[in-house]
Amino acid sequence: MGLLSKKDLKLITDPLADNNPITIQVLGICSALAITAELKASIVMSVAVLFVMGLGNLTISLMRNIIPPKIRIIVQLIVVATLVIIVDLVLKAFAYELSKTLSVFVGLIITNCIIMGRFEAFALANGPIRSFIDGVGNALGYALILIIVGFFRELLGSGTLLGFKVLGDPIEKTGVYAFGYENNGFMLLAPMALITVGIIIWIQRSRNEALIEDN
Amino acid sequence: MEHLELFFKAIFIDNMVFATFLGMCSYLAVSKKVSTAVGLGAAVIFVMAITVPLNWLLDQYILQEGALSWLGEEYATYDLSFLSFIMFIATIATMVQLVEIIVEKFSPDLYNSLGIFLPLIAVNCAILGGSLFMQSREIESLDLAFNYGVSSGIGFFLAILAIAAIREKIRYSNVPAPLRGLGITFIITGLMAIGFMSFGGMLTGGEEEVAIEETASIETSVIVEKPTIEAEIIKVVDSVSVDELEIKE
Repeated sequence: MGLLSKKDLKLITDPLADNNPITIQVLGICSALAITAELKASIVMSVAVLFVMGLGNLTISLMRNIIPPKIRIIVQLIVVATLVIIVDLVLKAFAYELSKTLSVFVGLIITNCIIMGRFEAFALANGPIRSFIDGVGNALGYALILIIVGFFRELLGSGTLLGFKVLGDPIEKTGVYAFGYENNGFMLLAPMALITVGIIIWIQRSRNEALIEDN
Repeated sequence: MEHLELFFKAIFIDNMVFATFLGMCSYLAVSKKVSTAVGLGAAVIFVMAITVPLNWLLDQYILQEGALSWLGEEYATYDLSFLSFIMFIATIATMVQLVEIIVEKFSPDLYNSLGIFLPLIAVNCAILGGSLFMQSREIESLDLAFNYGVSSGIGFFLAILAIAAIREKIRYSNVPAPLRGLGITFIITGLMAIGFMSFGGMLTGGEEEVAIEETASIETSVIVEKPTIEAEIIKVVDSVSVDELEIKE
């Protein structure tokens, strides 16, 4: 990697596993859970967060020396809100149906704790390029969980992936349905998102003992 | 009657935490002890009671399509609703700061108990979510908006109180090591959310459910009601509510 030094590379790889924003830092759960019933929505949400986080971290980092500390939260919120409005308008223009499914959750990227958290913890103290990389890394970590959850919920819940019927046709009984498989409609309900994330945390922590909490 | 319906709907059926997953971050972070959970819950009710009606006024008289007609004929076609995110969040952040200053000045006691939570609240998804849902559900009048703010806040309060009580109790249980802390909290919240889903039939008696689903089609991805699994839900509800009762005693 000539482009990225080892330290910079760590900024991207760390949030993917051992410092994942959702399962370890407990940030950004609000919007992560509500929209993961379909894989497509998860992917679009991930891209939106990637855009907002990368550019947001960059902007805040560029402004870090001129923001008065007392009003920094308002400044940060305005920066995020502006970026989110761009995302929202683009979605409404090019993917109207999807923006209906995501409804208010696009707007809620503004208060996504992961974004504010990274601004506070990283962008305010580091240079613009490293901040941008950190933003991208954390957004990728967020995307990873979203896509895993979305993948399993859509596959088990409606037997499709991105709308394609990968498990066969439930009405004509082809594919796995021929063996008596039924879609688990429960996976599409909101509470199952929580339980799926709970299971991901379980798997991750049983593979890495260092992450276990003492209650 | 309208008020009562909205009140119960916002607390139980569309519960901020269990139905729409808003305010999850602070819900998970500040629910280790009942006393701090109560503080945060109270602060949320307080701030929502102020910001939702305020944002309703903003939406109604500045942001909506044609809302500027009170300025004069030539403004009647303006549609500023694309600005609503930035306006809402600015209102919330300013109000939170203002409330903090006022409370600090006039009631130091209240400030000591609520104060540390107020900065947290500016970035609490539940607060912004309340305003955005108020907009997307087209709440009709100022007093209904106030009601919606207060009752959504109470819904959050109940949720965080319940999970804090359960987490205090679960410390004495033998949870598998990798699940300890965050993992088990997620799973308990999931079970509680399943329990809260059963409130869905409360207002309609289950008969008008179809009609309601149609009007709320925008949020179908969030709240999907499936009558076929009602039996399972009821079972889970029983176990959850029994746990809660024990703890409250």
